[in-house]
Amino acid sequence: MRKRKAALRESGMHLIFLLIALAFVFPFLWSAVNSLKPAAEASASPPTFLPSVVSFQNFAKMGSYGAGLGVYFFNSLVAASMTMIMSVFLSVTAGYGFARFRFPFKNAMFLVIILTMVLPFQTIITPLFFFMNWLGLTNSLFGLALVYTVLQVAFGTLIMRNTFSSIPLEIEEAARIDGCNSAALMLKVMMPLATPGMITVGIIAFINSWNEFLASLIFMSKESLFTLPVMLSNIRTGPYGSIDWGELQAGLIVATIPCMVLFLVLQRRYISGLTSGSVKG
Amino acid sequence: MLIANRSRIANSIYVLPAVLFVVFFFIVPLCMCVYMSLFNWTMFQGHRFLGLRNYFSLLTDAQLRKSLEFTLLYTVFITPVIFVAAFVLALMVNRRGMLLIGLYRTMYFLPVVIGLGTSSLIWIWLLDDRVGAMNAILISLKMIRDPVIWLGHTGLSLVSVAVSVLWKTVGFSMILILGGLQSISGELYESAKMDGCSSFTSLRRITIPLMRRTFAITLLLSVIGSLLAFDQFYIMTGGRPANSTITVVYWIYLNSFQKFHLGYGSAMSLVYLVALLGFCILQFRTFKYQED
Repeated sequence: MRKRKAALRESGMHLIFLLIALAFVFPFLWSAVNSLKPAAEASASPPTFLPSVVSFQNFAKMGSYGAGLGVYFFNSLVAASMTMIMSVFLSVTAGYGFARFRFPFKNAMFLVIILTMVLPFQTIITPLFFFMNWLGLTNSLFGLALVYTVLQVAFGTLIMRNTFSSIPLEIEEAARIDGCNSAALMLKVMMPLATPGMITVGIIAFINSWNEFLASLIFMSKESLFTLPVMLSNIRTGPYGSIDWGELQAGLIVATIPCMVLFLVLQRRYISGLTSGSVKG
Repeated sequence: MLIANRSRIANSIYVLPAVLFVVFFFIVPLCMCVYMSLFNWTMFQGHRFLGLRNYFSLLTDAQLRKSLEFTLLYTVFITPVIFVAAFVLALMVNRRGMLLIGLYRTMYFLPVVIGLGTSSLIWIWLLDDRVGAMNAILISLKMIRDPVIWLGHTGLSLVSVAVSVLWKTVGFSMILILGGLQSISGELYESAKMDGCSSFTSLRRITIPLMRRTFAITLLLSVIGSLLAFDQFYIMTGGRPANSTITVVYWIYLNSFQKFHLGYGSAMSLVYLVALLGFCILQFRTFKYQED
């Protein structure tokens, strides 16, 4: 009797958990299903749930929207990848320097970097635009990646500083005695030990810049250089006022899948990075 | 632990790239912000010195006042909703040993990894009065008779946007709170249980007091995020109806990049920045004071 009651309670809990999970996943799920309907059916009113036939019409249309979905996907990929590489490089070097060396103005320099985390970049975007424009870096994926990198450096440095601090000094000393110079030490001894931290910084940099909207909206005025979020929001405010929902959904699916896959594969690193980045800041 | 005990300027070589980078792309624009705010700075026709006149104009800017009120209203509305929901979810997923619990946690967290822009677009569709799921579901449940135009009215828009943002960000707060919950030692709960405390009492007497620090950070991040809201309103409402859903960052954007009043936009940014910074400092002070 008691056992049955416990089992009943357990299944009741699962039901509640499952219903909540459904609320979180349903929007994605239906969006994905909708993107596979024929175009007319995707915009039908009232909406239908399941497609009558599976069709890739929306994806095909999306592929030729504006400069073509591939172009926007490529832009997002390039901007996010460049951001990832630059953020990891700057965070690793700075994290190592702050964790292991003494030098004048150390605290002041650290403060300058942390400042970018405290001050919202949204509020300096006006002069930043003017500055980038002056440097000829607006309408440039590299310029956009530079802006994104600034936003990642602070917490990347924090994470890498903590990573390097937790590596025992003895390992480094042993390598030194074996005749490693500073650069070789960094590359051959420290880097492998710091890999988990680097993955965290890299994946967060990638996902954040892949999703970023405001800077991309402002810094890119050439349609062929838009990133996915901006292009999708343009479909929404399309020229004729009416929205092609199936097409939009196809775009949304393409825009979300890379982040989701990255997240599902590297879940623990991503979450530990998010929490340490915010808690220790 | 340090390698070199002597403090030498040459040792700073590792941090210099990052420091210079930040100075160049963050500190320089920040200083430019101060400078530009003193000018009538247009995109194409040069600029003219105004002194503090941009700042005086802020005082009489009716839309700025409306935007400020709306942003505060949005923040005050959404913060407790996200916080309570996140706390409840965190308590729920903080069971070790339950089957599939990791899977549930992942699913609750999933919307966090997509952009706010992307989530706003999904919600526009869900809330659409013609093709949206929300109306279809409510009608089939006989809760409403005719489709509701969710984004046509200021109050309803606010609630609709808040629901979409809740969906998108609650997982993040949940994870932060979960981290705090898991750092509380299980022994505390066991001894409370032996003393005959109900689980509600131990929640009130153990969990909540020990979680103060985590709560402060979670709330701070959530409040700052709301005060800087842009994407969701730009995409979901476009400021409609009648410019009533324009947030402060949105208004800065419109001034700088639609009207091209870059000087005025800079002045507004700077004042808002100082206000936000003041808020953060105040929050940290209160929180420190409580801890002592």
